[in-house]
Amino acid sequence: MTTLATSTLHDCRDAYVAELVQLAENDERIVAVVNDSVGSSKLAPFQEKFPDRLINVGIAEQDMVGVAAGLANGGKVPFVSAASCFLTARAMEQIKVDAAYSRHHMVLVGQSPGMAYGELGPTHHSIEDLAWLRAIPGLTIVVPADPEETAQAIRWAAQHDGPVFIRVSRMGVPAVNPNDYEFVAGKAVTLREGQDIAVVATGTVVSRALEAAELLAARGISARVLSMPTIKPLDEQALHAAATQTKGIVTVEEALTSGLGGAVAEYLAQHVPAPMRFVGVPDQFAPTGSVSWLLDHFGINAEGIAHAAADLLGV
Amino acid sequence: MTVEEDLVPDVGAVPVEALRVFGRTAPDATREEITAHLREAARAVRRRDIKMVRAAGLGHIGGEFSVIDILVTLYLHAMNVAPDRLDDPDRDRFILSKGHAAAALYTTLATAGFLPPEQLGTFMQPLSPLNGHPARTKIEAVEASTGPLGHGLPIAVGTAFAGKLDGSGRRTFVVVGDGELQEGSNWEALMTAGNHRLEHLCVVVDRNRLQQGAKVSDTNDLEPLADKLAAFGLEVVEVDGHDHGALVDAFAAVPAASGRPTAVIAHTHKGHPISFMSDNVAWHHKVPSEGQVDQALAELENS
Ligand SMILES: Cc1ncc(C[n+]2csc(CCOP(=O)(O)OP(=O)(O)O)c2C)c(N)n1
Ligand SMILES: [Mg+2]
Repeated sequence: MTTLATSTLHDCRDAYVAELVQLAENDERIVAVVNDSVGSSKLAPFQEKFPDRLINVGIAEQDMVGVAAGLANGGKVPFVSAASCFLTARAMEQIKVDAAYSRHHMVLVGQSPGMAYGELGPTHHSIEDLAWLRAIPGLTIVVPADPEETAQAIRWAAQHDGPVFIRVSRMGVPAVNPNDYEFVAGKAVTLREGQDIAVVATGTVVSRALEAAELLAARGISARVLSMPTIKPLDEQALHAAATQTKGIVTVEEALTSGLGGAVAEYLAQHVPAPMRFVGVPDQFAPTGSVSWLLDHFGINAEGIAHAAADLLGV
Repeated sequence: MTVEEDLVPDVGAVPVEALRVFGRTAPDATREEITAHLREAARAVRRRDIKMVRAAGLGHIGGEFSVIDILVTLYLHAMNVAPDRLDDPDRDRFILSKGHAAAALYTTLATAGFLPPEQLGTFMQPLSPLNGHPARTKIEAVEASTGPLGHGLPIAVGTAFAGKLDGSGRRTFVVVGDGELQEGSNWEALMTAGNHRLEHLCVVVDRNRLQQGAKVSDTNDLEPLADKLAAFGLEVVEVDGHDHGALVDAFAAVPAASGRPTAVIAHTHKGHPISFMSDNVAWHHKVPSEGQVDQALAELENS
């Protein structure tokens, strides 16, 4: 057991809501737009403080994102807060046209993404969101790994004049970033130096990449761990360095591998071809199971990542 | 329909207690016998449902208990469908659009002989066909995969349309939640149903007046619901959704003499008939404690 596995786990929704309430106190433009999702987004503190600034359209995601765009047109800064599966799948055209094409300053907060809804099944999993959304021009995609990064990303998005999608998970995660950490949109974070291989991970599974690096170290393999809080735009410099200074790259995500993995592969193939392995959800609908069972089932854990790295290195 | 056999786990691995399989009401049964049969079956379904939710630590018990009388009346009496005739093109179709009440559907299917009762013990377990929302690739009797709200009614319009094209008398029943009706897709589908006079379609609204986090009227109100449905070209009936006799009559009247699709607004209570759950929004997806299960089971005995 590594120290991370035994440390306190956090529900990032708490950091999100605390930050949003604080921002809203100082910025009257901030409103929340929800689809009967006050409870699932943990937004009750916001609703108590700013009942008039919480717009609940009911179970109507297309309406929700369209209304948010109209609010942005009216000078508000809307934070749309809904289960990531419905927000992205149901309102995709509104995200494309009303948010991105219209270049509105609006923040789409995808709640409980990945396989956080476990046993509720593939209808409620949001493993496609990263692949889908990165196909949309001008949309910034942020996948925070821990509570501090979540809070900073929310703060950044509140002042970034453009559309932003942020994943916020309910799945317990340990703090992974250093104490003096500063989130910079579009920048990767080197959490561990290494020369043999680079593990590039995002969001909830960054801690698993760090655990995998421990397993690899025990086998004499030195793994660099890069956390990628921003999927779009990608930190190409960090990827370039990783591809030239190590023997290959393993991507890790709680999503289809066409999310972060696809984005990294597209960059590398064009600029610095390097061997790759992809850890994430394969091209299939998940069977029934809890989120932790499913992550193990698909090998999105320390052992699976270490295995992929060893396979790439041929050891 | 094909079922992904490789997903079916070893059901023998999970111990389950017996569930009485009720089967359909007898063809020559009197009205009293029919309602007594349905009442008894609904009680068994609720008993089993609450135990399943407790065992899984997951479920949507409020919306399950509000819809059980509707499901039992359809599967054990009203619908022309049988476990050994699931490939009959002229079978009546049922779609649970409010898929979060999956446990109520699974339990009703088992009670009516469409699922092996011992499979209920695998609810939410790894690899089980019984996940949190019904999937047509996992259970043969499930006609449509649901879970995201606002899908079932458009699919039901399609099955009714296919029946019309085939000149078949088969009927399609679809249950939607009242909060679910906030989804625009439903109103697009209702417009299609009304304009094409899909008379063999019956839309049942589980009108429990609550959604996930609040009352429907405090979120984005539906009223005047009956007028809206009528304006979209539906024949509207309002019934007590826990009165089996009233439900029997409402479903027997489909297709309506007017040639319009039918909307049954079933007035229900979330968590019915359990005292501490009934009409209480907190029980949308709360999991009962051991003591609460015992109390609910005792209340069901006297219901
Ligand atoms: C498209 C979509 N948005 C949100 C949800 C989350 N959700 C599940 S149940 C529910 C409330 C449903 O209320 P209602 O339709 O009234 O059902 P009932 O009261 O019968 O449980 C919500 C918002 C969902 N399943 N699908
Ligand atoms: Mg309801």
